Amino acid sequence: MNLDFGQIIPSLPFILNGILVTLRFTVLSALFGFALGTLLSLLKISNIKPLRWFAEFYTSIFRGTPLILQLALVYFATPQLIGYKITPIEAGVFTFSLNSAAYSSETIRAGIMAVDKGQREASMSLGVPYRPMMLDIILPQAFKNILPALVNETIALLKDSALVSTIGVLDLMRRAQVVAGQTFLYFEPLLVVGVIYYVMVMGLTQAANVLERRMRRSD
Amino acid sequence: MIRIEHLVKSFGPLEVLKDISTEVDSGEVVAIIGPSGSGKSTLLRCINLLEVPTAGHIFVGDVDITSPKCDILKVRQNVGMVFQHFNLFPHKTVMGNLTYAPMKVRGLSKADASKIAMDLLNKVGLAEKADQYPSRLSGGQKQRVAIARALAMEPDVMLFDEPTSALDPEMVKEVLDVMKALVRTGITMAIVTHEMGFAREVANRVLFLDGGYLVEDAPPDVFFSAPKSDRAQQFLEKVL
Ligand SMILES: Nc1ncnc2c1ncn2[C@@H]1O[C@H](COP(=O)(O)OP(=O)(O)O)[C@@H](O)[C@H]1O
Ligand SMILES: [Mg+2]
Repeated sequence: MNLDFGQIIPSLPFILNGILVTLRFTVLSALFGFALGTLLSLLKISNIKPLRWFAEFYTSIFRGTPLILQLALVYFATPQLIGYKITPIEAGVFTFSLNSAAYSSETIRAGIMAVDKGQREASMSLGVPYRPMMLDIILPQAFKNILPALVNETIALLKDSALVSTIGVLDLMRRAQVVAGQTFLYFEPLLVVGVIYYVMVMGLTQAANVLERRMRRSD
Repeated sequence: MIRIEHLVKSFGPLEVLKDISTEVDSGEVVAIIGPSGSGKSTLLRCINLLEVPTAGHIFVGDVDITSPKCDILKVRQNVGMVFQHFNLFPHKTVMGNLTYAPMKVRGLSKADASKIAMDLLNKVGLAEKADQYPSRLSGGQKQRVAIARALAMEPDVMLFDEPTSALDPEMVKEVLDVMKALVRTGITMAIVTHEMGFAREVANRVLFLDGGYLVEDAPPDVFFSAPKSDRAQQFLEKVL
């Protein structure tokens, strides 16, 4: 096998710029997904049945269909349905946020349930209303418990983000394909972005480990 | 201060409190005793609506807390509770534990809330722990902080649910001492406890519960020396 990395060196800046695209995409989807997932998890533990049903139904839809199908639907059906010409990056962030929310809502719900019920009772006995109780007492402890799971969710998002290349977002993956098309070299650009993905995932894992250790020290 | 009329509490088909009626005057200290599972915690938790009564009425001050119109949060601000397992907020410092509800619920400024908190920490002998996290404290210290946290809301009534049951024996006294000091301030207290000596010493009245019934309601010297019911006699034989 003879590899020819020399030929793709001129394309390296083009590929490396994809890191920002992929990272920005992942961070946005993770943040929106986390916020929406928190909201969904609160619906899931609510006393109001229709809210619970809605949240469960929502989750089952996004878990029960392929992500790439959801992506295609949002990207190709939105202009047809509401006449808005959605950009690939918008469609991507939108779909990934909704999808990630479905998964993380389960994790967050479990995290909330795992907080000792004495915390709730103590807050209630002090006359703390529901909202501040959740925001200040329960959720911070829940998030701390599930931090590793949330990091895994973000890592999954980062890797799955390569799917947006299918609707034309110029992310890492897509840039590798573009370079391949120009140079007729396939292995080299894909190997380069493969290494980049791997390094990013390892970096994220390391950062999470450090964060976790620091939090453990505080208790 | 607290008036309980024909209180019934059921969990599904299980009737845990059966037609309980009693009164606690302002400044009175009542000890609630009885075998495990007799409904002591449930009775206490009905008084701040951690459990919703199935039937009957409970008045705290002039407020019928069982009325649908009652503002539960207002009632709870006025009724402090101390739990067997402390339930301190682990992600807040001792100071944070004491100032959180006064700031959030009563709307006190940080300075005012801290002043009240520092005052209380001095009273429970833990001023030097203000900036520590609860995980750094011993059980006895945690419970003293929990008492101070409840007092920081300046309630008229304090409820204690077995405040020393989760403590190592050598830490029981420090918590009971804090409670004795509290009795002298004249606050109304209801205490579920297995510390019979303590009940006898501080309580104005003893409520004895068995199987969900309020079996005896008497001053401690009467109750401990001459219990009327067989069940109370048997119980006392076992614990004394
Ligand atoms: N949330 C609940 N759901 C169902 N049963 C309960 C609940 N809380 C208490 N009980 C039952 O009510 C009875 C009285 O409990 P409790 O008030 O905790 O007794 P005590 O504090 O005297 O030990 C027990 O049989 C207990 O199992
Ligand atoms: Mg109990």
